[in-house]
Amino acid sequence: MKNILVCLLDWVDARFPLTKLWNEHLAKYYAPKNFNFWYFFGSLALMVLVLQLLTGIWLTMHYKPDAERAFASVEYIMRDVDWGWLIRYLHSTGASAFFVVVYLHMFRGLLYGSFKKPRELIWLFGMLIYMTLMAEAFMGYLLPWGQMSFWGAQVIISLFGALPFGIGEALSLWIRGDYVVSDATLNRFFSLHVIALPLVLVGLVAAHVMALHEVGSNNPDGVEIKKVKADGIPKDGIPFHPYYTVKDIMGVAAFLFFFAFVVFFVPEMGGWFLEHANFVPANPLKTPEHIAPVWYFTPFYAILRAIPDKLTGVAAMGGSIACLFLLPWIDRHPVKSIRFRSPLFFWLITIFTLCFVILGFLGTQPATILYSEMGFRLAELYFAFFLILSIYSNERSPAVYVTWLVVLVGAILAIDFLRFDPAKSALIMGSALLPLTYLAVFLLGPAFTRLNESRPVPERVVWK
Amino acid sequence: MKNFLGITCLMLLLGGSGSVLASGGGAALQSAHVDLSDTASLQRGAKLFVNYCLSCHSAHFMRYNRMARDLGIDEKLLQKHLMFAGEKSGELMKVAMSTEDGERWFGVAPPDLSVIARSRGADWLYTYFLSFYEDTNPSRPFGVNNLVFKDVGMPHVLWKLQGRQVPVYAEDSHGKKHIERLELKEPGTLSADGYRRAVRDLTNFLVYVGEPAKLVRYGIGFWVLLFLAGFFLLTRLLYREYWKDLH
Repeated sequence: MKNILVCLLDWVDARFPLTKLWNEHLAKYYAPKNFNFWYFFGSLALMVLVLQLLTGIWLTMHYKPDAERAFASVEYIMRDVDWGWLIRYLHSTGASAFFVVVYLHMFRGLLYGSFKKPRELIWLFGMLIYMTLMAEAFMGYLLPWGQMSFWGAQVIISLFGALPFGIGEALSLWIRGDYVVSDATLNRFFSLHVIALPLVLVGLVAAHVMALHEVGSNNPDGVEIKKVKADGIPKDGIPFHPYYTVKDIMGVAAFLFFFAFVVFFVPEMGGWFLEHANFVPANPLKTPEHIAPVWYFTPFYAILRAIPDKLTGVAAMGGSIACLFLLPWIDRHPVKSIRFRSPLFFWLITIFTLCFVILGFLGTQPATILYSEMGFRLAELYFAFFLILSIYSNERSPAVYVTWLVVLVGAILAIDFLRFDPAKSALIMGSALLPLTYLAVFLLGPAFTRLNESRPVPERVVWK
Repeated sequence: MKNFLGITCLMLLLGGSGSVLASGGGAALQSAHVDLSDTASLQRGAKLFVNYCLSCHSAHFMRYNRMARDLGIDEKLLQKHLMFAGEKSGELMKVAMSTEDGERWFGVAPPDLSVIARSRGADWLYTYFLSFYEDTNPSRPFGVNNLVFKDVGMPHVLWKLQGRQVPVYAEDSHGKKHIERLELKEPGTLSADGYRRAVRDLTNFLVYVGEPAKLVRYGIGFWVLLFLAGFFLLTRLLYREYWKDLH
C-alpha cells in the first residue's frame, strides 16, 4: 500500500511540483520560533475566507437577487431551508469576524513593523485585500434588502457624487445603474459579491502569501532570522509544518469557540453584526431617522462625517485609507518592533488605537454637535499619527521638531479659524487642546527628553 | 488563557450594549421578560395573535404547521382554532386585506409582523401594547394614541381586554403640559395584571415568530461549545507535544 502511494506521488511529482510546493510553503518554510498571540490572525483570516466562500455558495443556492423577493428569500432561508439559519448566521457572523481578525492582523503588522523593508509588497497586497474586503462586505450588505442595506448603499454610493466636474454624478449613476439604488443595483452587487470580488480576494491572498514566503516572516522582535543561518537554515527558524500547523489549529479551535458562541447565542451581537433596522424591508420612500454603517466601516465613516464639506470629507476618508497604504514609506525607522522602540512610540500607537476605536463608536452614533466635534479632533489625531511616525523615522535636531510643532500648531489653528462658529466657540477652543497637547508631547518629547530613544535590537530572537 | 478571558468579557460587553443601537422612541420601555421555553405562554400568545392581529397584519414568512409543530399544537386543534384565513396547514400566515385597502383605511398599510420583534425589540412591543390611551383630538381617527408610537395608525384592538386608559397630565417648570402616566378609567374583561400577562404572551409569541430557529439554536449551541472546548484542549495537548522539544 505504501509503495503504491509513493509511486503515485512520484508520478504526480514528475508532472506537477506537489512535493516542491508542500516543502516550499509548509514543511521547509522556516518561520521564526517566537511567534506570539498576535500571529494567529493570519491563518484565522484564511480560515474565515474559506468559511465565507463555503457558506456563500450554499446561501447562493437559495437567495433571490431580486428587489421584490430578496428580503423574503432571506427569511425563507431562515425558516424553510434545512439548517438555513445556521448557514446564514455563519455567513453574517463570518463577515464581522473577518474584519475582527483582519484588523488584529493589521494591528500586529503595526506593532512589530512587519510592513517595513523587505516586506512592503506583503503590506500592499494586504491593504488591497482589505480594500477588496470592504467592497465585498459593502455589496454583500445590500443583498438582504433591508432598510439599512438600502439606505446604507444609498449614502455610500452618493459619496462618489461628491467628485467635481460632473464626474461624480455620472460615476454614481454608473455604479447604481439607476437614479436610485434599485433592482439593477441589487443584481449587479450580487454578481460582484459572489463572483468578481471573491475571485480577486483569492488571487490577492495567494499573492500575499507568496510574497511572504519569498522574504520570510517577521516576528515580535523584528529580527531578520535569515541573517543567522546554520546549514542554510535560519537558526531561529522552525518548519511551519508541523510546528505552526499544530499551533494554528489550536488557534482555530479557540477562535471557533468564540465564533460559535456568537452564531448560536447572539448572532445580532446586540445590533452590531446585524442591525435591527435591517429587519424592515427596504423602502425607498421612507428614510430611517438614523443611518449607520456596520461597525467595521464606522471609523472611516466618522472621519467622513467630521468634515461638513462633502468633497473634503470624502477626500479625508480616502486619505485616511491612503495613509495606511503608504505606511512602509511613512515609517522608515530602522527598528521594526515596538519592543525596542521608544516609550513615545508606544504611546503614539496606543493613542492611535484608541482614536480608531472611538472613531468607530462615533460612526455608529447620530452626529450631535459634541460627537461631530470629537470626531473632527480624533480625525486630526488620526492624521497627526502618520505625520509623527514619518518625523520619527530619522534622528532629528531639536530645531526640526520645534519647526514641525510650529507648522502643525499653525495648521490646526488655521483650520479652526476657517471653520470657526461663534455658537460653538467654547467647544472648538476647548477641544483644540486635544491636538495641541498631542503635538506638544510628541514633538517636544524627542527634542528635549530621552523618551524617544530606541533600545538596541538583539541579533537573535528572544526565546524563553 | 488570559487573552481568552479578555475576549469573552469584551464579547459579553458588546453583546449586552445592544440597546445603544436599538430603535428608540418616546417613553421609557418596560421590560417584557420574554421566555421562549414557556410553551404555554407561546400558545396563549398564538391564540391572541390569530384572533386579534392576523386579520389586518400578516406574518407571511411563517407557516401554520411550523408554528403548530414548534408550539406542540396538534393538527386538528390548529385547523379548528388557529386557522381562520388559511386552508392548508402548510400555508403561510397571510391576510386577505390588500395593501391598497390597508392604506385607505388606516393611512398606512398594516406592516407584516414576521420579523417585527427583531426590528422593534420585545420591550418596545410590550410597552406599545400597554401604552394606548384615549385621545380626544378630532384628528385621531380611532380616538386613541400611543406613548411609544405617536399618532399611530392602528386602533387599540385589545381595548376590550384592557379597558379604557386615559392620560394624566403634569406641568413642567416651563408650564408645558406632558403626559405623566396613564390611568385605567374603565377596566376591561381582564384585570390589569391579567392584561399585562396577556400582552407578555403576545410579545413572547412575536419574538418566537421573528426567529423560530431560536428554539433550536440555543440547545444545539451548548453542545457545539462543549465540543469545541474539548477540541481546543486536544489541540492544545497536541501543540505542547510537538513544541516541547524546541529549545
